[in-house]
Amino acid sequence: MAGLELLSDEGYRVDGRRAGELRKVRARMGVFAQADGSAYIEQGNTKVLAVVYGPHEMRGSRSKALHDRALVNCQYSMATFSTGERKRRPHGDRKSSEMTLHLKQTFEAAILTQLYPRSQIDIYVQVLQADGGNYCASVNAATLATIDAGIPMRDYVCASSAGFIEDTPLADLNYVEEAAGGPQVALALLPKSDQIALLEMNSRLHEDHLDQVIEAAIKACKDIYTVLDQVVREHVHEVTTLLGE
Amino acid sequence: MAAMELRLPVPRKVVSQGLARGSDKHLVAPGDTITTDTGYMRGHGTYMGDEKLVASVAGAVERVNKLICVKALKTRYNGEVGDIVVGRITEVQQKRWKVETNARLDSVLLLSSMNLPGGELRRRSAEDELAMRDYLQEGDLISAEVQAVFSDGAVSLHTRSLKYGKLGQGVLVQVSPSLVKRQKTHFHDLPCGASVILGNNGFIWIYPTPEQKDEEAGGFVTNLEPVPLHDREVISRLRNCILALVAQKLMLYDTSILYCYEASLPHQIKDILKPEVMQEIVLETRHRLLELEG
Repeated sequence: MAGLELLSDEGYRVDGRRAGELRKVRARMGVFAQADGSAYIEQGNTKVLAVVYGPHEMRGSRSKALHDRALVNCQYSMATFSTGERKRRPHGDRKSSEMTLHLKQTFEAAILTQLYPRSQIDIYVQVLQADGGNYCASVNAATLATIDAGIPMRDYVCASSAGFIEDTPLADLNYVEEAAGGPQVALALLPKSDQIALLEMNSRLHEDHLDQVIEAAIKACKDIYTVLDQVVREHVHEVTTLLGE
Repeated sequence: MAAMELRLPVPRKVVSQGLARGSDKHLVAPGDTITTDTGYMRGHGTYMGDEKLVASVAGAVERVNKLICVKALKTRYNGEVGDIVVGRITEVQQKRWKVETNARLDSVLLLSSMNLPGGELRRRSAEDELAMRDYLQEGDLISAEVQAVFSDGAVSLHTRSLKYGKLGQGVLVQVSPSLVKRQKTHFHDLPCGASVILGNNGFIWIYPTPEQKDEEAGGFVTNLEPVPLHDREVISRLRNCILALVAQKLMLYDTSILYCYEASLPHQIKDILKPEVMQEIVLETRHRLLELEG
């Protein structure tokens, strides 16, 4: 850790947050006209765009169609300029493929796919600037885009990361904290029903601390939910007022 | 005049503040409990989660007696029998065409549910099946009516009227299906010199008003004569007006399009797409429509 103090004695983190505090979240729905649904989110300096197409007829290989529910097709990509060092492949490398798989799992848990047999739902996520919590920001953006597309979901999916540094669980890690190499948990939650859609952990963490860290992540997810819900409600209110039937 | 225009980002204006309507609606987001009363029926956009009726989409709650639905702000097209749609042929199969109509599955147009060119009435033979690609091929646009809706939501179309059939020269605009107002007729000859087909599926076709109403071709011979400049300008203006109305979420029907067209006349066609011009002409349209309602 080379002298970098991730948590000061006064309880502040490198970017001046408290242990359980989130970064500033700004979000917008309906940023593209062409897509069925789209959204943009900023969590601190992490910036993510998500677009949803569908449900539509199977494109590409029709043999993949499921006769009783819709297929959720995800693609996670990072812009070449999103990281400190320029990326060579925006998608298709190991890390992105794994992320793609995680996104797919998360959204298959949340979307009511059985309503759309033999269809396909595409979720494309692109990270424009990576500053930690890429998976979490992607999930949050994709949730907003799915809601914008009018695709039925059981609940929102909110994701947040949590780490464990100097015996304190930290919520919503930024890049510096992630890079320090401590334990890190990414959690996707259906906040209303308290169900976990995805849970992933990197590096080692003592069993005794796991509960605390998950607790911190769940709390962060619920905080994210409050923000996302407000964005959705404002959007719905604005559009219904304009429609004003 | 500069050849290029630069704009700096400005904060978005919230348009709705001036209009105080629609605030009394019950708005929900996914996961919200609508009611815990078990005496209700579950409609679209809702699901049962342990003894509660929960919303699954974001939108306004609609109650019809015991039925509760949530209407999403925008969705893909849900077909209903009798709807007029505009669609694009994606595939030619044995006895049917597959048509992309912005629905969740491609729609079907059966060979037997269309008029043969020349209006001949007979059973479809094997020769007709072989000639299917001569009638309609991949990429062609058609207007049609919904004949039936299958259980999985797929739609079957028919073009058994001279009104329907292949579309020739014109402009297609794709909008959200929820912005097209349901009306008695969706074919309009606007007095400004062009015609529109407002497809219920959100596909809007703008074309020059035909000189004489239909020869007996059954709409399968396309007129390839050049469209005069004046007509093209009217069509472009209408297209931009429709885009402006859509950007401001105003319902599309003949009167709203016509009012918007008239409001846009002081501006150049390309200027209509500028945000401030859009706002201005749509606001004028709104006021005129309100006056009309009285």
